[in-house]
This record gives sequence, structure tokens and C-alpha cells, in this order.
Amino acid sequence: MKLLLKIWRQQNASSKGKFVDYPISGIEGDMSFLEMLDVLNQQLIDKGEEPVVFDHDCREGICGTCSLQINGEPHGPDRLITTCQLHMRMFKDGDTIVIEPFRAKAFPVIKDLMVDRSAFDRIQQAGGYISVNTSGNTVDANTIPIEKTKADDAFNAAACIGCGACVAACKNASAMLFTSAKVSQFALLPQGRVEATQRVLSMVRQMDLEGFGNCTNTGACEVECPKGISLENIARMNREYLMASVKG
Amino acid sequence: MSGFAKSSIARKVVMALSGLFLVIFLALHVTINFTSVLSPDTFNAWSHFMGYNLLVQYLMQPILVAGVVVHFVMGIALEIQNRQARSIRYARYNGGANAPWVSRNMIITGLVVLAFLGLHMYDFWAHEMVYKYLEANPEDPTRYYGETVEKFHPIWRTGLYVVAFVLLALHLWHGFASSFQTMGINNKYSAAIRSFTRLYAIVVPLLFIIVALYHHFNPITH
Ligand code: SF4
Ligand code: FES
Repeated sequence: MKLLLKIWRQQNASSKGKFVDYPISGIEGDMSFLEMLDVLNQQLIDKGEEPVVFDHDCREGICGTCSLQINGEPHGPDRLITTCQLHMRMFKDGDTIVIEPFRAKAFPVIKDLMVDRSAFDRIQQAGGYISVNTSGNTVDANTIPIEKTKADDAFNAAACIGCGACVAACKNASAMLFTSAKVSQFALLPQGRVEATQRVLSMVRQMDLEGFGNCTNTGACEVECPKGISLENIARMNREYLMASVKG
Repeated sequence: MSGFAKSSIARKVVMALSGLFLVIFLALHVTINFTSVLSPDTFNAWSHFMGYNLLVQYLMQPILVAGVVVHFVMGIALEIQNRQARSIRYARYNGGANAPWVSRNMIITGLVVLAFLGLHMYDFWAHEMVYKYLEANPEDPTRYYGETVEKFHPIWRTGLYVVAFVLLALHLWHGFASSFQTMGINNKYSAAIRSFTRLYAIVVPLLFIIVALYHHFNPITH
């Protein structure tokens, strides 16, 4: 395959970035998207140019490190996958591919396609934990019976890998899907109920402080989420938040 | 509580509740409008009641105005905040790939409906104020039908009316169902709620349009 890549290049957070065109050839359909970028970077290095900076780690869809807005969609045109799981067979010979960083005020660009998603860490730190007695008489979590549907919902919410595609897809750059998944995974389980009130209040406050936009229920996040996190989690978080606000 | 009032979720809830209130008001409004097609006398009686009943005038009307103002002021404020949340826009943004047009363009459909509301207030509310308070005309319980039908005489006004209600339908299509999600209602009844809200989004604006077209094509001959 021969392709034309239009890639966002930006020196650092404070500099102004721009698109640079990179024609590339010899791309196989079986390559992953990131392997294609590896090929490009090797060519750039061979020419003495600076390679394109992009985030990646596990390259198997479990760590949430890879990102990229590809032709206007986070993680590209395929569904329920991350960018590292995207294959070049999704593209045709002669295609132009526009590659941008995830864009949100709360996700500032570090360099080129790499953005700072530490806002998510701070939301987690605000309440994404439970208190467990670790003084020698820790109770095995599995000794507490939990309704199957609740356990499944909690598990599905916990599948969120914190990639930020929900924010990137949302026209409002809202972080509601991520935050609601993190709230839900605890809210659904008895161990999580202890701090439930404070957790949702703190996590939503932090989410707002980070400068994410407000959810308008377009549902774009759910469609683009590589882990299929459901909008039901957002409704659950709204419920939790309203109840917690009434309780104080 | 101050944290609550400033939170994004609280603002969304305000949008949802004011929206739901306006949805209920629409049902009342369209019912009265539709009587004008069935019976001019019933329409006159209802219009007179709405125009002169003290409870309606001094309690319901201010609440309605407040509902409208809260809904659009909050809607515009949230839109501005949402735009600021992505200060650098995407060069390529494929919004159609993951969300329907109506859900992404509530501000457009909303602003058109708001502009229409301006015309509507000028046409009916301002007219009532002049008639009742400035000119201090006596009560005339039979004038409403004729005045209303007269309003639909010019094609431009009827045309604008139809366009505004098509956009209202689009606004309701997303907004009505969306308000349940905001209130935390997403469960086994959601599919039924969505079907009902979508039916409502079509039927209610359609009835408004039918009334307008009916009077346009059936003018009172003097
Ligand atoms: S909710 Fe989905 S899209 Fe958002 S951070 Fe989690 S895994 Fe990524
Ligand atoms: S690199 Fe880990 S999910 Fe893509």
C-alpha cells in the first residue's frame, strides 16, 4: 500500500504545531497502525530527521497508553479496539490518513501526538479507591456473595483502560464516561459502598476542575470506547451524584 | 451545596428538568391550539381563560418564562464552556461516525427555536399586553379565533412556523430522551421511554404544523 500521512508535529506544549505530509509506501495490510508508524519513524531516523512522538506500551489493547485521532476518530475507524490493535487492512491503497493528537484542553500536547492524560490520574486519586483492612485479618473479597448481574456490571466498568478516547470523541471533550466507569466499578460492589458518597462527589469535582466539558448525551464516547463502556455508567454516576448531594 | 450548584452534573440536571417542564407545557399548548381546528368557540373559551385567569397570568406564566429563560441561558453557557474544553479544534472530526446529527447540534436547533419564540412573543404576547394594558380594551371572549387565524394568513409567517417546528422536533428527538439519562434513568424501561419520547417529538410539532397549515389554507372570509 501507498499512503499519504498528514501528521501533527508540535515541538512542545507551548509551541504552535502544524501538519506535515509524509508519503509512505510498502505498507502491508497485516501491519498494525503503530507498526506502520514505526516504519515511518525508521525512515525519518535514517534521513536524520526527528521521529514522530506517539504513546504506546503493551501494544495488545490492555494498557490504555496508545491514543491518536485517526481520520477524525479516536483509535481510528474500527470498533472496540485501541490504536495498537488497528490493522492497516482497514485502509486502502492511495488513502490519505490524518493523524492528530487527542484534543482537549485537559489533555495538553507534550510533543507531536503524545498528550498529557494525568488529569485522569488526578480524578482517580480523588476517590478511585476503597478502604481495606490490611492488618492481618484481611477478608477475602470472594467470601462476600454478590449478585451475578452486579458483579458483571462492575467487571465491565472496571474494563476501562483510561485511554481517553471518550474525551477525544466527545464534541464537548467530556470525561463523563471514564469517570462514571471508575465510579461504577466501586459503587456496584459492597466494598465500594463505604466511601460511595464521598467518592462520587470528589471525583466529579476533580473532573470539573480539570476543565473537561459537560456531557450532552450524544453517545459518541460509548461508540468509540475500545472497551465498550456503556452509557448506563453515566446514568449511574448521575444517580450516585444526586443522591450523594442530597445526603451532603 | 455550593459545590453541587457549580458542578457539571447539577447544570445538566437543570437543563433536563427545565426541558421536561417545557415538554409538558408543549402538550398543553398544542391541545389548546388544536381546539381551534375543531371548534372556534372552545378555542376562544380556552384562550380567554388562559389570558385572564389570575392563577395562569400571575403564577403559571412567570414560571413558564423562568423555565424558558433558565433553559436557554444555561444551554448557551454550557455550549460556551464545552467549546472552551477543546480550545484547539480537530482538523478532521468525523462526528457523524459516532453520534447522530441532532445530538451534536442541539445549539443550532435550540437557537432557531429561540429565535422563533421571539417572533411568537411579539405576535401573541406583545399583542396581548398592548390590547389588555396599554390600550386597556374591554374583555372580549370571542376575539381569539379570528386573531389567530389572521396571523396565519401571510405565507412567510406560516412558513417560518413550519420550519421552527421541524427544528423543535429535532430538538425534542434528542433532548426529551436525553433528559432521562441525565436524571440517572437508564434501565430496562429505557427503550420504551425512548420510543415514547421520539413519538412525542414527531406528533406534537406535527400537530402545531397541522394547525398552522389548516388556518393558512382556510382563511376567514369577510
Ligand atoms: S471509558 Fe473507554 S474510551 Fe474512556 S478512558 Fe475508559 S476505555 Fe478509554
Ligand atoms: S499500547 Fe497498550 S492499549 Fe495500545
